[in-house]
Amino acid sequence: MAKSKTPALGAEGWFTDDGDGPTLIGNKCTACGTVFFPAAAYFCRNPDCGGREFEPTPLSRQGTVWSYTDAQYQPPPPYVATSDPYAPFAVAAVELAAEGMVVMGQLASGYGVDDVRVGSPVELVVETLFEDDDHEYTVWKWKPVSA
Amino acid sequence: MTDIAVLGAGMHPWGKWSRNFVEYGIDAAQTALADAGLEWRDIQFVAGADTMRQGYPGYVSAATFSQALGWSGAPVASCYAACASGATALATARAQILAGFCDVALVVGADTSPKGFFAPNDGDRPDDPDWLRFRLLGATNPTYFALYARRRMDLYGATERDFAKVKVKNAQHGLNNQNARYRKAVTEDEVLASPIVASPLHLLDICATSDGGAAVVVSSMDYARARGLTSPVRVRGVSTVTPRFPNTVIEMPDFATDSSAALAPPPLTFRDSIAAAAYEQAGIGPDDMSVAEVYDLSSALELDWYENIGLCKAGEAERLINDGDTALGGKGTTVNPSGGLACFGEAVPAQAIAQVCEITWQLRGRATGRQVEGATAGVTVNQGLFGHGSSVVLST
Repeated sequence: MAKSKTPALGAEGWFTDDGDGPTLIGNKCTACGTVFFPAAAYFCRNPDCGGREFEPTPLSRQGTVWSYTDAQYQPPPPYVATSDPYAPFAVAAVELAAEGMVVMGQLASGYGVDDVRVGSPVELVVETLFEDDDHEYTVWKWKPVSA
Repeated sequence: MTDIAVLGAGMHPWGKWSRNFVEYGIDAAQTALADAGLEWRDIQFVAGADTMRQGYPGYVSAATFSQALGWSGAPVASCYAACASGATALATARAQILAGFCDVALVVGADTSPKGFFAPNDGDRPDDPDWLRFRLLGATNPTYFALYARRRMDLYGATERDFAKVKVKNAQHGLNNQNARYRKAVTEDEVLASPIVASPLHLLDICATSDGGAAVVVSSMDYARARGLTSPVRVRGVSTVTPRFPNTVIEMPDFATDSSAALAPPPLTFRDSIAAAAYEQAGIGPDDMSVAEVYDLSSALELDWYENIGLCKAGEAERLINDGDTALGGKGTTVNPSGGLACFGEAVPAQAIAQVCEITWQLRGRATGRQVEGATAGVTVNQGLFGHGSSVVLST
């Protein structure tokens, strides 16, 4: 029987992966328009804004690489190892032009630091972060695309 | 007049001693008191830099150290600002002195560190960004150092060898520093041959985690004069600034920046604003600095700091390291004559205080084996995660 897919603990509601394609879900202050990811709660963090109401907003699915690296040593917990022996993975910080922000994520499975440069285009994907006997825990990642 | 005097400075040597952190703090405090020619009972206020790795005693460090030295009734403040905790403690002591609530204060921080990567405390905390970045991204501290390093390479043409040169310089500086943990010369090839931790950073590019303790005794200028000190080293400015919204540079432990969709970013980035605030208080600037102690969590990050504290423009730091400007005897501001984190490793709450100790010794002309000749002014800079800036400007 296939394992059920569920967002990893802490990332519930942070992304969708339905017919429109994988998308990060942040929110937007209804008073000033500032976007937050992860979604803001209670108060707008713009110091000139007293907004307290937000509406969910999808973030751009494409961005450009601000910088990138990899993890050649296994990170300590709460990171959950996915293989034994450990297999390195890469991480990118990605600029989203419309939102004026940078969002980090692992690079999609199979991609490494040689596949991107500062300025490279990437798009959002949802992949399995780790799994147990019953579930695949999912997370957002960035996948290099050709310019 | 907002100057205060540094009467004494002291450290417990950095290393991997695996003893109780209180022991390092007390040792550093007693060394600083002896350096000041004062007794513990003379101290009127104690500011402690907290550690979150030692349970409750670490969260109430000023009380912990005071009890260990023997309760004297002096009021205390325990400060936590991650790597910037020491500067926050100094700022608190300074405010007490300048407000006239006390004349002389002790500032102390110490830690015992685990081996390897710093990691969050145990337990699931999905509301804590520091927990989330490890769980969802596997992002360790070197991940962030490496993002900044790689950006220098792609934007400015920096090379891994440029970064290695920083390590080589700092290793050379620290050779004769009795308080440094690592006192061994390193070559560029050795750095480049060490394993990659987070591309492009090698193991020898990244600072270790250490045990250590540091303390300073500070006083009002009047108190110093009454003790016959006509020209003590002075603290001229202390910056503990936070970022200004929107902060669009990714910072530990966050995995997303603020958005500039509604409000434009401020004219100075957060890291550019840290020393700028201390310079402004001091009324002196980067051109006046003989010496700087900057937070070289990685070799590449030291280059970022050259630009952030105004030693050069963005993209010019590689030229400074290649020309030897920031090395002892170089033609620019000497950076990290102590050997920096490259030789010390990081003992989080002690580190910002240790930077102030080093500048104090430099300005007294007593930094044996690593003295910046004729040093008259110096700056420290550091940053604690969750938005803590830290910079201290001192002069003769």
